[in-house]
Amino acid sequence: MAENLIEIDRVSKTYTRGNNDVPVLSDLSLSIEQGDFLALMGPSGSGKTTLLNLIGGLDKPSGGSIAIGGQRIEALSQSALAKWRSRNVGFVFQFYNLLPVLTAQKNVELPLLLTSLSGSDRKKRALAALKIVGLEERSGHRPNELSGGQEQRVAIARAIVSDPELLVCDEPTGDLDRATADEILDLLQLLNEEHGKTIVMVTHDPKAADHAKHCLHLDKGQLVTGDAA
Amino acid sequence: MRYFGLIWTSLFRKPVRSALTFGSIFIAFLLFGVLQSVSVALTEGPDLAGVDRLVVAPKYSIIDDIPLAYQERIRAIQGVGTIAHQSWFGGTYKDSTNFFPRWPVPPREFMQVYSEYAMPEEQKRAFANTRTGAIVGKTIAEKYDMNLGDKIVLIPDIWQNKDNGPWEFDLVGIYDSEDEAFQNQMFMNYEYFDEYRSFGSGGVGTFVLKLTEPARSAEIAAEIDAMFANSNDETKTSTEKAYNQMFAKQMGDIGFIMTSILSAVFFTILLLTGNTMSQAIRERIPELAILKTLGFTNVGVLIIVLTEAIFIALIAAIPAIALAGIVVQAPAIGSAMPFLADSELTNAVIIQGIGLAVLLGLVAGGPPAIRAMRLSITDALGEHA
Repeated sequence: MAENLIEIDRVSKTYTRGNNDVPVLSDLSLSIEQGDFLALMGPSGSGKTTLLNLIGGLDKPSGGSIAIGGQRIEALSQSALAKWRSRNVGFVFQFYNLLPVLTAQKNVELPLLLTSLSGSDRKKRALAALKIVGLEERSGHRPNELSGGQEQRVAIARAIVSDPELLVCDEPTGDLDRATADEILDLLQLLNEEHGKTIVMVTHDPKAADHAKHCLHLDKGQLVTGDAA
Repeated sequence: MRYFGLIWTSLFRKPVRSALTFGSIFIAFLLFGVLQSVSVALTEGPDLAGVDRLVVAPKYSIIDDIPLAYQERIRAIQGVGTIAHQSWFGGTYKDSTNFFPRWPVPPREFMQVYSEYAMPEEQKRAFANTRTGAIVGKTIAEKYDMNLGDKIVLIPDIWQNKDNGPWEFDLVGIYDSEDEAFQNQMFMNYEYFDEYRSFGSGGVGTFVLKLTEPARSAEIAAEIDAMFANSNDETKTSTEKAYNQMFAKQMGDIGFIMTSILSAVFFTILLLTGNTMSQAIRERIPELAILKTLGFTNVGVLIIVLTEAIFIALIAAIPAIALAGIVVQAPAIGSAMPFLADSELTNAVIIQGIGLAVLLGLVAGGPPAIRAMRLSITDALGEHA
């Protein structure tokens, strides 16, 4: 049995909107094994993106603890958390979020700017990542010269270029047609199976969730069903 | 330098907007370079030490005269050599737009004091010996197609002659000068001017002294002014440069005028650039959130945005200051306004300009940079999803 990469213990998250506290997650505990591909599903407002943000270190919980690879991340300072993200997590979003002024290769190189790699090494790694997602020959193209599916592949290349253990994907196929969505999901599956990446994916799409090894449902900030470890 | 490519490409994200921003900053710094150079030239204190020429001018106003009789008393001072003088003639040559300074001078003394005006010997002799003689600079001769032997007719404005008609001079010399600014002038024989004018006889505008003991220039200047203190025609003796400054200051407090113009220009540019930067950052909130997501720290994002703002200011300011250096030394400026002939872009002005550009970048880029630094990733991505 694989070790747990992610340990979430009694986590809660409350946002303050004006004078009101809005609880989004309450007392949620969850373990995710290394090498897992987990789909998080649930209705809008169920807290799945909030949970994903907490796992990816984009936000901090109001209570409880989150350990990723043994590292308690809720206690890290903002700058330490930023460094931790750069080394340990790759992010894929629904709308790709590529920088429009940069070529595909330069977009993929972005996380490597935070490393001590030389310019030529950064380029080599970026091209290698683009090769994995099948876009090596489009490395010089800007986002507006790529299709939606290609943009998402570039975003995936950017997510894996610094070789993180964990990929967090927020509706990665939400903006794509079925055929392109399937290609992206196949690619994520490949990264999970062949490259050993642990993937946590938020999706509304049951067909997308079918590509995951496990699926969890959230409702009103709590796990309601699922088959996670 | 690692982020240089990222910053550089961001600068040209919206080429038209960038060009307009660069353009406005460029113009502001061109003005800064030119006005500051002029201001420095006009406001720096006179350095009397070691100069071999002094100008004796009326103490209170350049429109006053000094008695020609002062000449002999000045000559008696130790260290004073040749004395020339010049008076503002004014007048119109054919058309009021044909402006160039015209000065009645004593030809022999003038040519000794200003030996840098190059002219063939026979023309010098003709100038000295022709009562109605006049000489012009090469630039003027070429511009108005004047040739030796021409009659130059000037319509008087200040100095009416005894016949209440135009003044006629014979062009007997065309001089050259390494300093193109001084080619744009005309000199005529003072003796004829003084005899023929209907009033003011026996007065001159300024004396120009050639010193035999330049090391004593400061003492000589003080001695001359002391000699005429408490008289009806007190004097102010200084260098030619200081006299030019005084000439320009008739217009007002140059330093204040320059500072006022520059302040207004920079305040406007600051508002424009600050607004542009804020707009640019607002448009890029999702991108900045992504940089933070990827691991760029808050301070890292602050530095990227601030550097971008400083780059914008410097990219426009440096060529503008360089162009200002060319403009202030353009011969046309000195020709049109001889009192500005001493203007030059000093190292101090260059350093001030670059410092001001950095400051402009910091002030204009500061608020958007702080906003970028404080940006919450989840809010920014949520808002722009």
